[in-house]
Amino acid sequence: MKPKHQRLALAGAAVAALGIAAALALPALQDQAAYFYAPADVVAKGVAPGQAIRLGGLVEKGSLTRSADGLTIHFRVTDRLESVPVDYTGIVPDLFREGQGMIADGRFDADGTFKAETLLAKHDEKYMPPEVAKAVEKAEAAAKARPEKPTP
Amino acid sequence: MHRFANPARFLKIARPLTVAALVLGFALTAVGLWWGVFHAPPDYLQGESVRIMYLHVPTAWISMGSYLGLGIAGITILVWKHPLAEVALEALAPVGAVYAGVCLLTGSIWGRPTWGTWWVWDGRLTSMLVLFFLFLGVVALAGAFDERSRGARAAAVLAIVGLINLPIIKFSVEWWNTLHQSASITLRGSSIHPDMLYPLLTSAVGLGLLMASAVLMRMRAIIAEQRIAARRARLAGDAA
Amino acid sequence: MNALPFVIAAYAVGAIGIGGVLVWSWVSMRRAEKAADALRGERR
Repeated sequence: MKPKHQRLALAGAAVAALGIAAALALPALQDQAAYFYAPADVVAKGVAPGQAIRLGGLVEKGSLTRSADGLTIHFRVTDRLESVPVDYTGIVPDLFREGQGMIADGRFDADGTFKAETLLAKHDEKYMPPEVAKAVEKAEAAAKARPEKPTP
Repeated sequence: MHRFANPARFLKIARPLTVAALVLGFALTAVGLWWGVFHAPPDYLQGESVRIMYLHVPTAWISMGSYLGLGIAGITILVWKHPLAEVALEALAPVGAVYAGVCLLTGSIWGRPTWGTWWVWDGRLTSMLVLFFLFLGVVALAGAFDERSRGARAAAVLAIVGLINLPIIKFSVEWWNTLHQSASITLRGSSIHPDMLYPLLTSAVGLGLLMASAVLMRMRAIIAEQRIAARRARLAGDAA
Repeated sequence: MNALPFVIAAYAVGAIGIGGVLVWSWVSMRRAEKAADALRGERR
């Protein structure tokens, strides 16, 4: 074996070992590296009241209400499997709105309402001009208004 | 393989390429960014802050691509002992660090109005910060030895080990729950409207060419420095 | 929130970073190549 081939084999083995190590380590990181819990995680794992966690999901459409003081908002966060109620008092990011993602730090109270201390808006991967967004919304509404196909 | 090791041959190709990449890179970057900042539509949710994307996304792509180049240069150094690969590694690392730094800073500036925070320690942001430090580590290691090629070999090892970070950055948004959104452009298509996608791709090509020209300039500088050092050593030998 | 200051800040960072690395690369290349050529002349 020429030294060059030896070095090539050694480098190849090192890269392969690195890849395998990472492939083994990364799934184990799954829980620790998750930046937030989704509502389904909360329900499945049973988070104790008072425990500080980070909750993330979509703001459920039609669930957003504002208290009389104008500062506290109430809404439900959903991952389309489960949903949990959230209260938050403070300044809301511009992008926070119904149907969009959000991430909040806080804890559940005894009634199962998540008391958020900080609130971040999560952006999705869609980029489009406002007119296009409006057109898409209209098309979706039209599709919803159409009567369901009769099932035989 | 060693056909291109000859610096004279390399310089013959590199000289015209440097100028071409610089001029074309400037032109495309100017067109792409002008298009994105002044002509592309605002986003339906982000509004005007979407214009940061035309700088942030290309620098993210290019810094990841250039790290891949750094890893390939590292393998070439260790396996084939190719002298030009040492030059390439040394030239690439600082430029890649600047691109990764610009990506991180512009992302942070975009995050404040969009997410409501400058920084979070989620999978994507953290792994991108690690990429920035890997570039800096390669720069530091390559310069840490008196003998240039020993530094290059040490830096090559770090560059190769760091390759593992590239798939982590890429798939961080799929493997873990992150604040950062998932990829807009995939093999299945793009969820960026064409009015925004075309200026984005234009500035990406332009900024990529600018990086190529910066790397070529650095490589030429290093080759000239090596030639000076060799000549000095010979002159000192003659005098003794 | 007004996005304009953020957009300007981001492009300032990009111009300083990428412009800076281009200028530095150019200057160091010119200086090194000039010095190498001068040294070659010296020997003759």
